[in-house]
Amino acid sequence: MIKFENVGLRYGMGPEVLRDVSFHVPKQSFQFLTGPSGAGKTTLLRLLFMSLRPTRGLITVFDKDIATIEVSELPLLRRRIGVVFQDFRLLDHMTIYENVALPLRVRGREEAGYRSDVLELLKWVGLGDRLHALPPVLSGGEKQRVAIARALIDQPEILLADEPTGNVDTPMAKRLLRLFLELNRLGTAVVIATHDLGLMDQVEARRMILSEGQLEIYE
Amino acid sequence: MRPMAPIVPRSGVATQALILVIAIMSFLSCLTVGAVSLVNKSATTWQSQISREATIQIRPGDGRDMSAALDAARAAALRFEGVRDARIIGNEETIALLEPWLGSGLGLEELPVPRLVVVTIDETAPPDFEAMRGAIREAVPYASLDDHRAWVDRLVGMARTMTFIGVSILGLVLAALVLTVVFATRGAMAGNQHVIEVLHFIGAKAGFVARQFQMRFLLSGIWGGMIGGGTAIIVFFLVNWWAARNIITPEGEQASALFGDFAIGAAAYGGVVAVIVLVGLLTALTTRLTVLQALRDIDDRRADPGRLD
Repeated sequence: MIKFENVGLRYGMGPEVLRDVSFHVPKQSFQFLTGPSGAGKTTLLRLLFMSLRPTRGLITVFDKDIATIEVSELPLLRRRIGVVFQDFRLLDHMTIYENVALPLRVRGREEAGYRSDVLELLKWVGLGDRLHALPPVLSGGEKQRVAIARALIDQPEILLADEPTGNVDTPMAKRLLRLFLELNRLGTAVVIATHDLGLMDQVEARRMILSEGQLEIYE
Repeated sequence: MRPMAPIVPRSGVATQALILVIAIMSFLSCLTVGAVSLVNKSATTWQSQISREATIQIRPGDGRDMSAALDAARAAALRFEGVRDARIIGNEETIALLEPWLGSGLGLEELPVPRLVVVTIDETAPPDFEAMRGAIREAVPYASLDDHRAWVDRLVGMARTMTFIGVSILGLVLAALVLTVVFATRGAMAGNQHVIEVLHFIGAKAGFVARQFQMRFLLSGIWGGMIGGGTAIIVFFLVNWWAARNIITPEGEQASALFGDFAIGAAAYGGVVAVIVLVGLLTALTTRLTVLQALRDIDDRRADPGRLD
């Protein structure tokens, strides 16, 4: 699905943040992306999500070289990828229901056609009784689950989550992890960027460890 | 279920400030449009009033039969196409005209006072003044025709200058309006940057994002324009009302002498509508360009990671 070959990236004239990074995210796979703070996890996620272009190397997303792809094609590729941002990026003037339904509105779908899907998904993430709440009154864990639901509503082929348990307590982290595993079982590839060793120890999954800009993979 | 919230937040302080700024600038623009229209209309009226008449002047002299000369000059003038009427200013009227300067009890026989024939001209098809001048001189050699050309030319020059100054001021006010709308819209947009980014990252196409903002700000622009334009129309009505009520007072006569009936015409109201439409379109266009620029910036950062940090 997503393939990196000898990818390098530097910001401006600075040193390379990522060096010769090569890996492949297969369909329906589950992996953790980890490493010390500042190792480049978020940068790597941004490359995966095409919000950055590498300084060198080749990245193919759904068999398309992102260095040569037309800008107008990017939205269509992004619709196949769900992203959970570390800072959630929810729209404060919209209710939970409206935030989760937003990707479908953007795709031009009628509300009557997706209402039941959104309600079901919100129940699945445990927010079925908070449909009309606005993000500013939610706890960190609730915001996180809204962000996850928004990323999943259009059944993406791959989910990228940046520190999804960074703002929640341990029981909530476990609950979110179960949610990701169930999602993966249903066929979505999952990449979770985290530095939470406790979280990773709970699952037998591939670990991609970034250290000083280089990537090591432990299957 | 309540109706879905709009993707772009309804209003914030920045949006309300934008509406207020647009309203003020629209009001000033509409007032300028009204003033230019009034000046233009008054100048046209002055010009047409003066060019509607010409005067035949017959100088007195020894042994001249003034009465016959007046009749002959009148008859000569009436023969021309484009002359609606020719009226001899009678003795009493002439004395009345001179009274402010020479006092009462004046006898026309005692003074060599020129006599006048007022010729009313069809403005739409004026006569050939040169030919008329020749014919009158032929009929009465000591008569002369004043077609008020010198006055009309001066008034036309003044009217053109006033209209030019008015249009220049209108141009400056409109330029200020455009810049204010552009900057105020960009300012209000800055508070919505996060909405643009979220829409971008969930796969919204540039056109979709631009449309959402365009609609929201088009409404703000039209709303601001309507407040400003509406206030200007109220002011126009008040001015007309004041002029109608004060037409017999010295102030009213002063205004009437300068601006005719002091009525703000259809052109001014049309101008107000044009300003409102212009403001709405400008706001929408600025919004669209700002959103597309913001999306281009996101893509530029993507292509040039050095711009990120």
